[in-house]
Amino acid sequence: MAAHKKTIHGIYNDEELLLDGVKKVRAARLKIKDVFSPFPIHGLDPAMGLKRTRIAICAFIYGATGTSLAILMTWYMMVSDWPTDIGGKPSFYYYMNWPAFIPVTFELTVFCAAHGMALTYFLRNWNLPGVSPKNPDPRTTDDHFLMEIEVKDEDEARAIAMLRETGATEVNVI
Amino acid sequence: MGHINTNSLTYNFSQKAQRNLWILLGVGIVMLIVGAIMWHAPEHGGHEGHEDHTGTLGQRLWANLLVNGYFFGGISLAALFFYAMQYAAQASWSVVFMRIFAAVTDYLWIGLVVIFVVIVAGDFHLHHLYHWQDSSAYENDHILQHKAPYFNRFFYYGRIILFFLGYIWYQRWIRKSNMLEDSLTNFADATANWNLNLKNAAIFLVFFGFTSSVMSWDVIMSIDVHWYSTLFGWYNFAGWWIGAIVVFNMLVIHLKSRGQMEFVNPSHVHDLGKWMFAVSVLWTYLWFSQFMLIWYSNIPEEVVYYAQRWEDYRGLFWITMLVNFIFPLLVLMSRDSKRNKSFIMFVGMLIFFFHWTDTFLLVMPGTVGANWGIGMIEIGMFLAFLSFFVYWILKSLSKYPIVGKNHALAEEGLHHHI
Repeated sequence: MAAHKKTIHGIYNDEELLLDGVKKVRAARLKIKDVFSPFPIHGLDPAMGLKRTRIAICAFIYGATGTSLAILMTWYMMVSDWPTDIGGKPSFYYYMNWPAFIPVTFELTVFCAAHGMALTYFLRNWNLPGVSPKNPDPRTTDDHFLMEIEVKDEDEARAIAMLRETGATEVNVI
Repeated sequence: MGHINTNSLTYNFSQKAQRNLWILLGVGIVMLIVGAIMWHAPEHGGHEGHEDHTGTLGQRLWANLLVNGYFFGGISLAALFFYAMQYAAQASWSVVFMRIFAAVTDYLWIGLVVIFVVIVAGDFHLHHLYHWQDSSAYENDHILQHKAPYFNRFFYYGRIILFFLGYIWYQRWIRKSNMLEDSLTNFADATANWNLNLKNAAIFLVFFGFTSSVMSWDVIMSIDVHWYSTLFGWYNFAGWWIGAIVVFNMLVIHLKSRGQMEFVNPSHVHDLGKWMFAVSVLWTYLWFSQFMLIWYSNIPEEVVYYAQRWEDYRGLFWITMLVNFIFPLLVLMSRDSKRNKSFIMFVGMLIFFFHWTDTFLLVMPGTVGANWGIGMIEIGMFLAFLSFFVYWILKSLSKYPIVGKNHALAEEGLHHHI
């Protein structure tokens, strides 16, 4: 199958042209594999038809993990293993000193949520140190925008014409 | 981008809505009177040794007046802060809401007059909310003697009048300046107006930043005159602010449901919902920061403030804190719920009431102590204030076009998209 498909790169020098191009290419039922840009473009995600990120759900799970860890930790250290005297207050049960444990619980929640989200992001995008970049053209880290589309052989001419028509300054068939 | 038509949109304050608000006001006043008539003295008074006023009807009525005056006045003051902040930050998302913010600030002078009347009445010995107004209290009290210069009447009334006049003067000025915008079609004039608004908003924010804290000490913290907290001003301010945000959200939902704010899109609603979430968390943060340090250090002269709330108000104290934290946190966390009218309505109404009980908890323990209650008097006065507050806001909202079409960022603001 792979032999019958071609990857085409359309390079733009303006993000508004690119955004319009993405809309037109999608409307023409050509498959956009990815778009590379030096900065986030407002409205690009819905134009490409990407689904909304689920990172918020991850963040909630990581945060809840952090909260649970903190409660377990403070309970074990401060109440169970070695009951600690806090301002002469009784420390037989967790609830007796809970206000003292709130700051650390808050911090651990934020810590786990933030680090979990960052790691998830790097892993999901395979963006780790030592990994070779997937960026097809280094100019997209400076001032150019690149749309990568994948077409069947018979659609190749139509796709090239479409990219030219929407204002691509350069079209390369890979 | 298509042009969004905002011409000649004015809020129509229907006769039916006006009548309903007057009826609610009447119900509130009747409940208040019935509550006052049915009131009977508590069986056992307060402390021995000195005269006790906590169990009198007058004390309870004046304390309630202070709760409502401070709660609604504070909301209006925070609305003025928020309104000025939009100018100072040159924010475009809020252009569609500016007239709503402005309408809420129109109640300001009434709220401040109520607070001022309560303070002056105390100096005429009509009530005993403020211990420091009693000149015999200073004799054997080292802490009060130490604070006597601060409560010197010239200094006290001088600063209170300065603050209140400053707030009211700025409110009148910015209101006029905002309405003037509608008639400025000349680009140079509009730019000059815009720059002047920006400059004065920045000056007001500095003035407000310092004085709002001092105002909350003078009006509320001085009830518990032996006690102090450096966080008190911020904590009170966060309470006013969340109240103001809830009022904005409710007004927007009301206007949208009547089809008079078609130009407000889901992104605008989402952003206003975010404020409700964010300021609730800010309020909880300050509530807890004040509480935890005092609980932890356990110094008698500090902890007495919470000990009193723990003894006599325990249920209300914790429910107020938990509702105001848990509901906004869990219900408004997700993106979808902030765009959902029913969720905003539910959380908004709930926390509006529980921020009123928060104000109640600021005033009551130091004034009526263990003889408190939430009965006909409290609910009646709350309803009367609420209906008048809403009436006043809607009345002033109906006087002007609902969106300033000559606002410098109007086009950007109307197309707000997140």
